[in-house]
Amino acid sequence: MLNQNLKLNTKIFNSDVEKKSTRIGFGEGLLLAGIDDEKVVGLCADLLESVKMNIFTDKFPKRFIEAGIAEQNMASVASGMASMGKIPFITSYAIFNPGRNWEQIRTTICYNNQNVKIIGSHAGLSVGPDGGSHQILEDIALMRVLPNMVVISPCDAIEAKKATMVIAKTESPSYLRVARNDTPIITTEETPFEIGKAQIVFGPENGLAQVGIIATGPILYNVLIAAKKLESEGVKIKVMNLSTIKPLDINAVISLAKETKRIITVEDHQVIGGMGSAVAECLSEFYPTKIEFIGVKDQFGQSGTPTELAKYYKIDTESIIESIYKILNK
Amino acid sequence: METIKDETIKDLTIKANDIRKSIVEMLYLAGSGHTAGALGMADVFTYLYFNALKHKPENPYWIERDRLILSNGHICPVLYATMAHAGYFKIEELKTLRKFGSHLQGHPHREFFPIVETSSGPLGEGLSQAVGMAIASRMDNGINKTIYCVVGDGELNEGQNWEAIMLGAKYKLDNLIVIIDRNFIQIDGTTEEVMPLSVLEDKWKSFNWDIQKIDGHNFKEINHAIYHAKNTKWKPSVIIANTIPGKGVKEWENDYRWHGIAPNKDQYEMAIKELNILGDKLK
Repeated sequence: MLNQNLKLNTKIFNSDVEKKSTRIGFGEGLLLAGIDDEKVVGLCADLLESVKMNIFTDKFPKRFIEAGIAEQNMASVASGMASMGKIPFITSYAIFNPGRNWEQIRTTICYNNQNVKIIGSHAGLSVGPDGGSHQILEDIALMRVLPNMVVISPCDAIEAKKATMVIAKTESPSYLRVARNDTPIITTEETPFEIGKAQIVFGPENGLAQVGIIATGPILYNVLIAAKKLESEGVKIKVMNLSTIKPLDINAVISLAKETKRIITVEDHQVIGGMGSAVAECLSEFYPTKIEFIGVKDQFGQSGTPTELAKYYKIDTESIIESIYKILNK
Repeated sequence: METIKDETIKDLTIKANDIRKSIVEMLYLAGSGHTAGALGMADVFTYLYFNALKHKPENPYWIERDRLILSNGHICPVLYATMAHAGYFKIEELKTLRKFGSHLQGHPHREFFPIVETSSGPLGEGLSQAVGMAIASRMDNGINKTIYCVVGDGELNEGQNWEAIMLGAKYKLDNLIVIIDRNFIQIDGTTEEVMPLSVLEDKWKSFNWDIQKIDGHNFKEINHAIYHAKNTKWKPSVIIANTIPGKGVKEWENDYRWHGIAPNKDQYEMAIKELNILGDKLK
């Protein structure tokens, strides 16, 4: 059952559940952060409306820099602005920001420890028809390897809005991964959000769980649907929303592993180097546990609807259910 | 000031010679590092720190200071030596260059030395940061700061520079002055062999920058160029400073092999002797 201590959306399992993209959540959060602090400025690389930064720039046109299709320059310009006391948010599709401009982020933002916020939109397979060139599945790996970087992958628009506001107030280079498509609203305005705090969003009504599923991003919804179905089949499951991938909530991950002895990680990202790898690094050091990794297995994406792609790359609800039975029978 | 007094030129020339001696000594003690570019830019750095920058060495974080971004971080011995001579820290500390735990990392790193404006080393990134600083300064209007950025000619091979050059012109950043260390050398040979930059001034001009070309060892020309650049409106400025790599030590001048090496004991003693003789003549 849903963990209602977190005041989650009670309509999450309804077929008419409200949907909104995490990129809109970012745009709304940036507007609020901008109202709150005049040091917040926005930069974008010719994708203002796509990344929903227009919600901010409509109100604050003088605090916006259009950098053109030049993401490498944009990252270092933001570093310079941060050194003068600004809180720059740099935006583009995640394939270019942080895909194209990784070394600029490493050297001019992280190595310099400048307070720049990197927003990667249209991340993951869920971009759909645009095809594999635009479906970045490597950004979490690219960002979590960098010293000083905070990495957040929110599960819905509301969490994306909160994360945006929180990183604006947290002095650190930060990466926020958002997606293009409208996805179910899982949390509510009242759900707490804190950087580095994982949340158990679903668990058995009583007794210990047999398997722990850790998910990041909007794909958490697929996991919740799977958990709900298996609950009715008598399987006891705990589901964790791991929206902050770095710093990792080590205690929460270990505690889930201790209870369930079996962990499944789920992400719309390569299995290599992603959130599952972060969990595996933690557990293999502190509490070796059986893990199944659900994610893209060393492949590029392709055109298709998000549903078709989720099925093909085995990150859909059915594949999650299969993995749960597989790990239970091990 | 539009003109510079002969007396000031004499003082700057003596100072630059002292800074060159520091550079040679610190590189010798470090046992590695970049000699040619550091010596070549000693006059420009001396001018900037002793005659141009609005700064307070005793208060390096003074918010109203001008900013100087060194993009080609490998010539940092000239930055460190000039800052020490300007009073930012003890000249004695220059001897720790490239040593474990030193403020003076092989390439500047803000974590170890927060009083440098930026970390640098990977080429082609300083100009973008300077553009960002100039934009931020403009947003804050009020305080009149100049953002200086020193770039190497070789590093103009990096495409990111040209993105920054476009953005600087787009926002008409007349508070930004770029100085190119035009010494015509890079690691694999001359700049014109490796990746021709010629005609460099035409490239910048076509990107709508104000351009000047000077002798980077002539204080009169440096002074005039900075004066002109500071008074240019609605355009960012670039000064192409022709410099002699290894300047000051005759045996090393214009020899690209001195780009990335440090002197050994004999070379060090020879160079210091030469610079001492030059220093005596200047007095």
